[in-house]
Amino acid sequence: MKLTLKIWRQKNASDKGGFATYPVDGISTDMSFLEMLDVLNEELTEKGEDPVHFDHDCREGICGMCSLYINGNPHGPLQTTTCQLHMRSFSDGETITIEPWRAKAFPVVKDLVVNRSAFDRIIQAGGYVSVNTGGVPDANEIPIPKTIADEAFDAATCIGCGACVAACKNASAMLFTSAKISQLALLPQGKVERKTRAEKMIAQMDSEGFGACTNTGACAAECPKGISLTNIARMNREYFSAVVSSDNM
Amino acid sequence: MILDSKIPAGPLEEKWTKHKFNSKLVNPANKRKYDVIVVGTGLAGASAAASLAELGYNVKAFCFQDSPRRAHSIAAQGGINAAKNYQNDGDSIFRLFYDTIKGGDYRSREANVYRLAQVSVNIIDQCVAQGVPFAREYGGLLANRSFGGAQVSRTFYARGQTGQQLLLGAYSALSRQVANGKVKLFPRTEMMDLVMVDGHARGIVTRNLITGAVETHAAHAVLLCTGGYGNVFFLSTNAMGSNVTAAWRAHKKGALFANPCFTQIHPTCIPVSGDHQSKLTLMSESLRNDGRVWVPKTVETAEKLRKKQIKPADIKEDDRDYFLERKYPSFGNLVPRDVASRNAKYVCDEGRGVNETGEAVFLDFRDAIARDSEDTIRARYGNLFDMYQQITGENPYKTPMMIYPAVHYTMGGLWVDYNLMTNIPGLYALGEANFSDHGANRLGASALMQGLADGYFVVPYTIGDYLAQTPPKKVDESHPAFAEAVDKVKGGINQLLNIKGSKTVDHFHKRLGKIMWNECGMARTAEGLKEAKKAIKALKKEFWSDVKVLGENEELNQSLEKANRVADFIELGELMIDDALNRNESCGGHFREEYQTPEGEALRDDENYAYVAAWKFMGEDQEEELVKEPLEFENVKLTQRSYK
Ligand SMILES: Cc1cc2nc3c(=O)[nH]c(=O)nc-3n(C[C@H](O)[C@H](O)[C@H](O)COP(=O)(O)OP(=O)(O)OC[C@H]3O[C@@H](n4cnc5c(N)ncnc54)[C@H](O)[C@@H]3O)c2cc1C
Ligand code: SF4
Ligand code: FES
Repeated sequence: MKLTLKIWRQKNASDKGGFATYPVDGISTDMSFLEMLDVLNEELTEKGEDPVHFDHDCREGICGMCSLYINGNPHGPLQTTTCQLHMRSFSDGETITIEPWRAKAFPVVKDLVVNRSAFDRIIQAGGYVSVNTGGVPDANEIPIPKTIADEAFDAATCIGCGACVAACKNASAMLFTSAKISQLALLPQGKVERKTRAEKMIAQMDSEGFGACTNTGACAAECPKGISLTNIARMNREYFSAVVSSDNM
Repeated sequence: MILDSKIPAGPLEEKWTKHKFNSKLVNPANKRKYDVIVVGTGLAGASAAASLAELGYNVKAFCFQDSPRRAHSIAAQGGINAAKNYQNDGDSIFRLFYDTIKGGDYRSREANVYRLAQVSVNIIDQCVAQGVPFAREYGGLLANRSFGGAQVSRTFYARGQTGQQLLLGAYSALSRQVANGKVKLFPRTEMMDLVMVDGHARGIVTRNLITGAVETHAAHAVLLCTGGYGNVFFLSTNAMGSNVTAAWRAHKKGALFANPCFTQIHPTCIPVSGDHQSKLTLMSESLRNDGRVWVPKTVETAEKLRKKQIKPADIKEDDRDYFLERKYPSFGNLVPRDVASRNAKYVCDEGRGVNETGEAVFLDFRDAIARDSEDTIRARYGNLFDMYQQITGENPYKTPMMIYPAVHYTMGGLWVDYNLMTNIPGLYALGEANFSDHGANRLGASALMQGLADGYFVVPYTIGDYLAQTPPKKVDESHPAFAEAVDKVKGGINQLLNIKGSKTVDHFHKRLGKIMWNECGMARTAEGLKEAKKAIKALKKEFWSDVKVLGENEELNQSLEKANRVADFIELGELMIDDALNRNESCGGHFREEYQTPEGEALRDDENYAYVAAWKFMGEDQEEELVKEPLEFENVKLTQRSYK
């Protein structure tokens, strides 16, 4: 395959940045999207031009490190991560536009690399059960209905990639935040702190500069892990019951 | 040099309890006076950092990814072992201990492995308390499965994403301590060197991957939880960034490197499809519970298949060779990883491989689908089948999967004593970065167990004993050792940037990988290893005179990051070869063709090689010195592993 790549280049956080166009040739349909960029980078390096910087690590769709806004979609045309996207999803001669995630809370570091530390800070605000190592009950002491455990698992599969934020016109982080709040609210171990958790995590989310949710569902439509919108509804319930309940007044 | 493994005296079952009692304690009020550096935030690092912070120590945690949650542990699929015996099927601490020692082909320490089996039960309790959503039965209790050929069901799992869920649990505990102000996080920061003061580990030198700033951090102890070195082979199932740099630089400062040649090659990976390939994808081992492994009986049929003149379905039952079932009637397709991998290599070497490259065997679900229905198979392995289809473009419900072995895990690593301390006082190694528990072959679902055992339940006790004997005075960063280490790191970076050669870093990495895979992979010979050693020496020279690293230090520079790592991989590769050459026996993942039983199985030499081979760095371009730690077996009898 022969392709034309229009890629966002930006030297560092303070650089203005802009698009550059690169032709690539000899791309096999079996390559992953990132392997296609590897080919480009090898060529650029050989020519003495700075390779395109992008984030990636596992290349198995689980670490959440890869990003890329491809032809107007986070992680490209399929509902998967960029590292799991293969070139057979594109056609010969196509022009592909590649940009970084665009969100105020995810500033560009260089080229296609952004800073997603805001997500870590949301978790630090309360995305945990407050237990220390040791001194916990036997794992089978509290039975959990399988359906509940499965639902908690589904929410827990969020990989923290940020595609939901990139997909949202308001750059809202509701889907990400609600996934963690849901997981812990569903499980008996997480119920103890559910009120303060919802309040603190939402407050942190707001302070990071993520936008409001207007229920368009763009986030869930692009989420590579299929995190469901019902998590947002559950988070709103958690938050509401937290602010009205007596022990918080 | 004599290595003291500090294994406590007394009966096996009592060693750990007694040892904990005999260890010195740091007074609670004094804990806040001690600083601990934890490099790595995978299962081992995140669990250690969180637990130490909970105890009151001041922790600094480092990782090269943008978030601690992305450590390579996140990718583990299958599960985690624990001797809970919830299934009432005869499991026990002793059985897990015994299976691990035997599975490791009798090249690990009894005392460490027994402790691992003991604390395994606490790990599951801890994870459940954190909200890890393990798989459950309809009655609400935890589900288990049998894994990797174990004869009991002791593996806990969270669908095909166990590593993810365990790591997110440890990450949440870590995040809580960040919020408490007890852990300071340093993401996108790479450790470049270890700093030693008066023979003790007292700090590290790091490079900020965004700004390039080379900085120092001082502490009373340093924990390396930096994972395995499988990427020395270029292609492996490890994450792209997994590297040996932290461990290697510590090695060059005096920490011994143990059993470097013990690598695990996993039998069920998606085969290489071309030169562009950047990494290999593991298909969970659980697939071997229902898939049957086969190749055509004859080379002629295989050739037709490779030329796409026939399809797998055209090959009649009589013309198929289910080679694992044929050779190992009692274990069949479930033989341990090393045995399954080696046999796949044999049939492909004979010319019976089934894909275009000739390096693949079938994993066929036809019979399982006929027996249990497609829906049942989908319920069991749906996500894996989807992943396979996404990567290869083929539908495994209709046509057999193709698999081939790939490098997956490294049993070797920094030498540690019973306390997980290296031979450098104050320097610890945890998780895959150490060599401690898996001998010459690791059992499935035991790496996650070990990482969390080390971090949650071992190091929090053993580090106290060391710190209690260390004055709580702040470590002085103005000590000349810090400035010296910084100069050395900066010098190395400048050297790489100034070569301005003609070949990319990946070019060298790929060549290194080919040498290692061909001569130090699934089967090794003295002759091949000697050639490989020459080839690596030449490659090293070429690298340092012709590598092309663009850009500068003072920016995000991914080529420079890779160059630093590949430079270390080249040196490690040479040591792996020395180690493989030295070990004139076959054991576990280390298979020397000269040493095999008449049936072609690994032939150990317990008389001469029942030892840990720990290597000491003697200076640039010098041969390393071998230090032996003899292994003593008091509780298990050494036997020939047989899965017939
Ligand atoms: C695909 C796959 C599936 C697996 N499945 C299973 C399974 O089902 N069951 C099982 O038991 N095991 C499994 N394993 C093995 C297991 O996942 C690993 O052995 C284990 O997770 C390693 O954990 P760790 O904490 O030691 O290191 P890692 O998780 O590799 O973490 C290393 C950490 O060190 C940091 N680091 C490294 N170098 C530096 C440096 N120089 N400076 C700063 N930071 C650095 C990294 O950023 C990272 O945070 C699997 C492995 C793979 C590849
Ligand atoms: S909710 Fe989905 S899109 Fe958002 S961070 Fe999690 S996995 Fe990514
Ligand atoms: S690189 Fe890990 S999810 Fe894409």
